[in-house]
Amino acid sequence: MTPYFNEMFQNNAVRPPYARLEGWSADMPANIRLAKQAEAEALFRRIGITFAVYGEGGDPDRLIPFDMFPRVFTANEWAKLERGIKQRARALNAFLVDVYGRGEIVRAGRIPAKLVYQNAAYEKSVCGFVPPKGVYSHIVGIDIVRTGPSEFYVLEDNCRTPSGVSYMLESREMMMRMFPDLFRENRIEPIDSYPYKLRRTLASVAPAKCDRDPTVVILTPGHFNSAYYEHSFLADLMGVELVEGQDLFVDGAFVYMRTTEGPKRVDVIYRRLDDDYIDPLCFRPDSMLGVPGLMDVYRSGGVSICSAPGAGVADDKAVYTYVPEMIRFYLGEEPILSNVPTWKCGEASDLKYVTENLHELVVKEVHGSGGYGMLVGPKSTKQQVEDFRALILANPGNYIAQPTLALSTTPTFVEEGIAPRHVDLRPYCLVGERIELVPGGLTRVALREGSLVVNSSQGGGVKDTWVLAE
Amino acid sequence: MLLSVEHVTVYRYDRPVRGVVQSHRLMPSKFDGQKVLDWSVTMTGGELGSAFRDGAGDWVQGWTVAGPVDEIEVRVSGRVLTTDLAGILRGHKELVPPEAYLRNTEATFADAALQELGQIIAAAESPLGGCHNLTDAISDAIAYKPGSTRAHTTAAEALAQGEGVCQDHAQALISAARSGGIPARYVSGYLQSGQDGMDHEAAHAWGELYIAGIGWIGFDPANRCCPDDRYIRIGSGLDAQDAAPIRGISRGSGSEILSVTVAVQTQEQ
Repeated sequence: MTPYFNEMFQNNAVRPPYARLEGWSADMPANIRLAKQAEAEALFRRIGITFAVYGEGGDPDRLIPFDMFPRVFTANEWAKLERGIKQRARALNAFLVDVYGRGEIVRAGRIPAKLVYQNAAYEKSVCGFVPPKGVYSHIVGIDIVRTGPSEFYVLEDNCRTPSGVSYMLESREMMMRMFPDLFRENRIEPIDSYPYKLRRTLASVAPAKCDRDPTVVILTPGHFNSAYYEHSFLADLMGVELVEGQDLFVDGAFVYMRTTEGPKRVDVIYRRLDDDYIDPLCFRPDSMLGVPGLMDVYRSGGVSICSAPGAGVADDKAVYTYVPEMIRFYLGEEPILSNVPTWKCGEASDLKYVTENLHELVVKEVHGSGGYGMLVGPKSTKQQVEDFRALILANPGNYIAQPTLALSTTPTFVEEGIAPRHVDLRPYCLVGERIELVPGGLTRVALREGSLVVNSSQGGGVKDTWVLAE
Repeated sequence: MLLSVEHVTVYRYDRPVRGVVQSHRLMPSKFDGQKVLDWSVTMTGGELGSAFRDGAGDWVQGWTVAGPVDEIEVRVSGRVLTTDLAGILRGHKELVPPEAYLRNTEATFADAALQELGQIIAAAESPLGGCHNLTDAISDAIAYKPGSTRAHTTAAEALAQGEGVCQDHAQALISAARSGGIPARYVSGYLQSGQDGMDHEAAHAWGELYIAGIGWIGFDPANRCCPDDRYIRIGSGLDAQDAAPIRGISRGSGSEILSVTVAVQTQEQ
């Protein structure tokens, strides 16, 4: 008996949402399974879904491992998740409008001023500017883990430019191609409207000065970026141009794109580029990736930037601990999804607890992402724990700690057959004129036995995520 | 005092460039100590871009110039009626919370020496007295010597070498003040050349420190004083680069030669 919640098997019985998958997986002969796995890999390789891993110097065109065993939610489970995710996306955006405006939540003493205003992601240059529809974060990626039948926790929020949605779409595509029968036997909610909805969301936040059908573009740092495939994939599916900084220029009070038919005015920029790089006249002067003068046009309402510059202040891991407070403060509601209990090392009493219990905690950098620079206490050697302790003590404010969660598992194809592996979930909530999300998300799976780290940069894979119709 | 300003910046390119984009903060701040009588900013061949007042209260104006072009002149001229408010920035509308100015940048990173100077504030009887003491200490620690530092010299570097210009004074002041827990920012503006024989810099910079209960107050270590009616305030930022009156970039391979002349004079009223 494993202490982890297995999403398929409970008390030796198959949970209803997985009922039809039991026979499917049991009946699949090993040679067919291997053939299907090879087919999936070949398809991914042909389409070109690859993932560059930072800091490892490995194959830049490495494939992200794909697991064919789907992860399944019931309609009821999803309904609760959806409500919780939308609630969180609304609160995060209300917070952003507030802290770049009057800062009521800080004045009310509900979140420390220091955490907000001295945050490296707080961008004073956008103070007083309210983006169209009052939206700063247009695509909110919320990382959720499950520890029991109805226990879900939000691990972190991603308000800037969460990646991975292409894997969500491609995993579904792949499954439908390889196992069409599964989609006849199960009533699975479709997710293929995502690109259409993303386009609609972006168009809905066109600036006031735009008086026609808005021109939307995706701004990428270029093909060296690890998520470049996703940038081009989304541009393609939305039918918008994929541009680099040099393809755009400011003339007078607007931004234009160079095209073969001459300059074309751009209204909405979905940028997959950090704040620091988008305009050398406002941020890092040495950036060659951005568009000089872009921020002046933005702040005077000539173009929209998604996510809005400054959105990052809502999603660092220290601010995260206050999201339930934001929900109560702005919405007057109780949080539907719980936070993971979090210790802030910047606070003396928390620091004491953390340093005394490092062996059983997960410690993360406040601004870290991608599973880098973190400690998983129970899975680390004494030396690793001691090394990390020194890092924390040198700069406590830079770290938070959480209990090691008993992440749920789902059946996963492994060398020896089928075995439980830990998973998380990242749904993508779209925020524009309306708030919506497609039923599903990206399920990431820790392919190494016992591993709790699902990041693709750390040996994680992806699965198709099903939400069953009522 | 009635001050007139003539500020001309000329960019020459050894090969014509394809275009220029600039972002200006070249308008005198709106507060009780300044009244603009007339003011103009022109840019040869320039097309007016976006304009707005930002959260810090500065007027921002974008410009673009379509190339090819090998010379651009930015000319600022105008007259401002100033009043001595003992450095207090009274009646200035802004939205950025003072706490946002506690953050240091690369240029204002406080090393041990700057942190030690920052303790001067807490040692004084009042924060205001502490800020005056700190201003004097920075003035003592960094001798005015034109040409001794570059645009990218950090506060710590300037303090270590003990020489610098107004930019270095201002950055060292705000760096030390922040480490002493006082919100502080870099201010760019103009200063009327004095009759006291000192070689003042007409395109000037100083610091503003925030004292709860009073508000933002200017301190000028270069002249060991608070800004008075000889000063014209233009804009502010976290450091010199963030507060630069002109930020710009040119497209093309031509290298740039910059020349700046500034004259600030008293006029009969």
